[in-house]
Amino acid sequence: MKLLVCVSKTPETTAKIAFTNNNAEFDSSGVQYIMNPYDEWYALVRALELKEALGGSVTIINVGPAANETIIRKGLAIGADEAVRIDAEPHSALYVAQQIAEYAKGEQFDIVFLGKESIDYNGSEVGPMVAELLGLPFISHATKLEMEGDIALIEADIDGGDAQLEVKAPFVVSAAKGLAEQRIPNMRGIMMAKRKPLAVKPPVAMEDLSVAVHFTLPPEKGDVKLIDPENMEELVRLLHEEAKVI
Amino acid sequence: MVLILAETQKGKFKKTSLEAVTYGDKTAQLLGMESVALVLGSASGLEELGKYGATKVYHVPNQSLDNFDSQVYAAVISEAARQVGAKVIIFSHSALGKSTAGRVAVRMNAGSVSGVNALPTVDGGAFRVKKGVFSGKAFAEYELKSDVKVLSLMGNSIPVAGGGEPAPVEELNLDVPPARVTVKKLERVEGITPLPEAELVVSAGRGMKGPEHWNIIEELAEVMGATTACSRPVADTGWRPHHEHVGQTGIAIRPNLYIAIGISGAIQHLAGVNNSKTIVVINKDPEAPFFKAADYGVVGDLFDVVPRLTKAMKQFKAE
Ligand SMILES: Cc1cc2nc3c(=O)[nH]c(=O)nc-3n(C[C@H](O)[C@H](O)[C@H](O)COP(=O)(O)OP(=O)(O)OC[C@H]3O[C@@H](n4cnc5c(N)ncnc54)[C@H](O)[C@@H]3O)c2cc1C
Repeated sequence: MKLLVCVSKTPETTAKIAFTNNNAEFDSSGVQYIMNPYDEWYALVRALELKEALGGSVTIINVGPAANETIIRKGLAIGADEAVRIDAEPHSALYVAQQIAEYAKGEQFDIVFLGKESIDYNGSEVGPMVAELLGLPFISHATKLEMEGDIALIEADIDGGDAQLEVKAPFVVSAAKGLAEQRIPNMRGIMMAKRKPLAVKPPVAMEDLSVAVHFTLPPEKGDVKLIDPENMEELVRLLHEEAKVI
Repeated sequence: MVLILAETQKGKFKKTSLEAVTYGDKTAQLLGMESVALVLGSASGLEELGKYGATKVYHVPNQSLDNFDSQVYAAVISEAARQVGAKVIIFSHSALGKSTAGRVAVRMNAGSVSGVNALPTVDGGAFRVKKGVFSGKAFAEYELKSDVKVLSLMGNSIPVAGGGEPAPVEELNLDVPPARVTVKKLERVEGITPLPEAELVVSAGRGMKGPEHWNIIEELAEVMGATTACSRPVADTGWRPHHEHVGQTGIAIRPNLYIAIGISGAIQHLAGVNNSKTIVVINKDPEAPFFKAADYGVVGDLFDVVPRLTKAMKQFKAE
């Protein structure tokens, strides 16, 4: 099977979130970056498992500047065969989706994997957009994926439950927790990754239709009101009369 | 025209869809437009959506739409949007919305923002709307530059407005392409409000010591009519089902009340819950980081405090 995994770069989960340029831009100074956990832990690993079981190849693609190559190399170290970087700032979901679709169009992938969302802009938009641009079915939040010939049997999270679905390849799927178990790259993988092909391609031009123009931080919480653990009637009263939530 | 996709579940409109209809109506007023709702597949009581602000309800009744395939939905919704001349298309940020809104944006050449949490502003022609980013650690305002705009609305962002008149219903005759995704089975947790829709959430962490103690959590949730949630290690070790996992790598929620029991309040946990309106933390460690994010705190052993809280809630309910 020919598999493509889309990976993005996100701030590390404990990173301090701050903005610059009059709160118009994310302040990346001092921020450590990681591969988006959903892409790394679930999408990439499930793709590798399928390749190991059924043969084929796993390509990873990232839309981003040269600095993203550390993350791309990590994906290669975990086991992907080759990588493609589209050399552009990922301004918006549609922009990224266009770049991925443009590359994937000529390549006839059986499955395009992504994470269910990125932990920075939390959009869940790139997957459905890539699918639409390629004219392919899309399944979101997959927690299980097995192939029977060219038919995929998929379990996916839906609001308050799960769905069992069937779809014929080619298709696009987004990965949620449960789809696979995180893999830590070993020394051999890291050494081999240095020699694996990483192609850099120019972006296709397009207009952004939706742009983030201003950021704000949530208001600071006031001090916590401590309640006597013996007096839960008081907590209930406050929740009713003061917070008005029950 | 503002077009809102309304989803049903077991023949009833979902709460998140009623919120979306309310949101669509308010957005339409801002833009000096009308808001209409769209319903796909088998459904009844469509005129009810008028009560929440829709001036008209369009219905594509084809039974094949009871099988959800985002590609088919995107084609049908886009065609309906063209026919009614929609300028803003609104989804709930639900499982269905998440897999369909982006597709519709592509088809309509529309700018889109997913998971918006406040009404848009229209200032000198600039259409702007807010959403949570960095897993709840910040908010971003987006500007949409396209003629047609697609938004999906985060649950619990706007109170449902009732009280309007029933609306006229019109059937739309549209081509429904064949589905390529087949839904074999749907399993829903019965009788419980799903986490993204829940207004009251009781959540517990590793402080519970083991799954055998969860009866005290379930009892409190039941008395309150709340939905249960948990921290990541609790779901990872299989103490609780993974759909209860909230946080940066779980579900992001914003209920009116979040009660955190035996959860330390790691930054990745807070990321998914700190937009809750009111947070109560019960923890025996006064230094637990969660207290910094809490409105009300109880320093004590959860095995004593929780049953006491359940008792107090029961009393309150009885009064
Ligand atoms: C990339 C990444 C993503 C992550 N994503 C998530 C996520 O989405 N969601 C998430 O929850 N975590 C996430 N985590 C994990 C997170 O860092 C914490 O490890 C986790 O939230 C801790 O869970 P906990 O609070 O249940 O357990 P602990 O940290 O072990 O805390 C248990 C708490 O219970 C208290 N306690 C113990 N006994 C009692 C008692 N008898 N009475 C009262 N209190 C008691 C203790 O004082 C302690 O504060 C992520 C981590 C990483 C690295």
